[in-house]
Amino acid sequence: MAQLTPRNVLVATLLVLLALLPVYCTVTGNYFLMSLFTRILILGMAAVSLNLIMGFGGMVSFGHAAYLGIGGYAVGILAKEGINSGFIQWPVAVLVSALFALGVGALSLRTRGVYFIMITLAFAQMVYYVAIGLDRYGGDDGLTIHKRSEFFNPLNLSNRTIFYYLCFALLMVTVYLVWRLVHSRFGMAIQGARSNDRRMRAIGFPTYRYKLTCFVIAGTICGLAGALLANHTSFINPSIMFWTRSGDLIVMAVLGGMGTVFGPVIGAIALLVLEEALPILIGGASQLVTGHEVQGAREYWQLILGPMLLLIVLFARGGIDGLLARPSRG
Amino acid sequence: MLYLIEQCLNGIQLGMLLFLLAAGLTLIFGIMDLVNLAHGSLYMIGAYFAATFAAVTGSFVLGAILALLATLVVGMALEVIAIRRLYGRDHLDHVLGTFGLLLFFNELVRLIWGPGGLTLPLPSQMLTAVQVLPGVYYPAFRLVIIIATLIVALLLYVLVMRTRVGMLIRAGASNREMVGALGVNIKLLYTLVFGLGAALAGFAGLMQAPILTVQIGMGENILILAFVVIIIGGIGSVRGAFVAAIIVGLIDTIGRAFLPDLVRHFVSYSAGSSLGPSLSSMMIYMLMAAVLVFRPEGLFPASSK
Repeated sequence: MAQLTPRNVLVATLLVLLALLPVYCTVTGNYFLMSLFTRILILGMAAVSLNLIMGFGGMVSFGHAAYLGIGGYAVGILAKEGINSGFIQWPVAVLVSALFALGVGALSLRTRGVYFIMITLAFAQMVYYVAIGLDRYGGDDGLTIHKRSEFFNPLNLSNRTIFYYLCFALLMVTVYLVWRLVHSRFGMAIQGARSNDRRMRAIGFPTYRYKLTCFVIAGTICGLAGALLANHTSFINPSIMFWTRSGDLIVMAVLGGMGTVFGPVIGAIALLVLEEALPILIGGASQLVTGHEVQGAREYWQLILGPMLLLIVLFARGGIDGLLARPSRG
Repeated sequence: MLYLIEQCLNGIQLGMLLFLLAAGLTLIFGIMDLVNLAHGSLYMIGAYFAATFAAVTGSFVLGAILALLATLVVGMALEVIAIRRLYGRDHLDHVLGTFGLLLFFNELVRLIWGPGGLTLPLPSQMLTAVQVLPGVYYPAFRLVIIIATLIVALLLYVLVMRTRVGMLIRAGASNREMVGALGVNIKLLYTLVFGLGAALAGFAGLMQAPILTVQIGMGENILILAFVVIIIGGIGSVRGAFVAAIIVGLIDTIGRAFLPDLVRHFVSYSAGSSLGPSLSSMMIYMLMAAVLVFRPEGLFPASSK
């Protein structure tokens, strides 16, 4: 474990930086950076949960953003109805996500391959349209959450630093949990089912139940991430569940590296930092080439991100993590 | 009653449009085993080309023909440059790679045509309403869409079932290695099929352009509907895509037209206005989930491998 491989060094450095970031932000007053990284932590958590089913279980869920929305709407709807206590909001968010994952998983896991991708997508789109139909809760326009979830006194979520550390702690718990899960007998069975489902069944593993449990765990974690996200943005609208958002989560997991537990966090950092940095880089590049910054050039960062994704798929299959891993790892 | 007939025609028209997209998707999926999320981008590009060429040439028909050819070329170029390298990969790689292409095309279109949408005005003779049944008037252009798509569907059927190229396409779908081993230029065949799919998507885009605004991201919603269509119809089956497209088109349109009134009996007026359409959208996905649970291969399984 405790080897000084490049990826261990990177993970350790990232963890230290993430842990120290609020200190830097408080000293310099750069709260934009703190807000960005709170978002990264939350979406990283969602990506880690997606990776549990996608990377280890081989279940490519194209509807994972639905749980972000469900968790978020649980918080938003309860807040709108005057229930601000996080002790009610968060358990509800987690429970509803778990139940939804149970229903979706029970039906979807009967199919495989591209049908599985599409049926999970269909369920997510269904929830998306339910949210649009929620007239009382803003429909298409979304819902502003006036108050963050309330817990006991020191845990005041309106405090940016405390909220950041809460997200950080929950992400760490998630990573630890998934790590333990993957290396347990349960995790081995899941990975076995990914490689050869029929053989696993033949040697007596009820793979359907194993996979369903795994699917529900992932959905539940992502639902909690949704509750965090709603608290972070103080706003929730249906577009958080649109299928391109599920695509973003897949991108994070693959970009970071699917085979590892921490990879998706690296992917989330890489993608969201790129989102912020590419516009600035493009602006700078246009200034270098033409001598002045081209008006609006910054908007076109996806023009670079898109082909980059394609290149990663084609040439760097293990994602960022795969680039760092020692070749001997296989 | 008149309203119902009109809405049925609207539903069929939407179904025809979905068929154009789904036929390309299902061919590409059935033959190259490729999940193409960038298919909606080709639809968008077709619409943008049509709007541009129609404005340049001043003729709708000429613009449409040029747009069709241009989309065909873009599709074939896309296949040669990028898509070709994705064959034989994992479906997840397809999803990710073509998702990247989708982002790229959205930005490219924004770079070329700007963030605002375009409109494609119709020639005046298509603006009139035609009497389809005694007392039932229907916009001429929507009828043109239905008829043109039916002709395309027929041509597609003849192409796939009655020509040598079609025979190769079907052979490639069932066993690509064998077709390659028999000396068929499978690479060229794939490029042609992808180009054909692109042209069909572009055709859908340019037919839809005068009805909706031509805008960035127009392909994303309809792409998912097209995927639903090919799943319901059975992946790889053009006939299944045709039937499923009409079913989905009818459910969506009729649901939108009648559900709000129905729902208003139970909830308030304004709640019904937003609940109705979202219910009808949900019904499509419920249908798909039901089909997948009871007939996991779709209504018309393409091949029994």
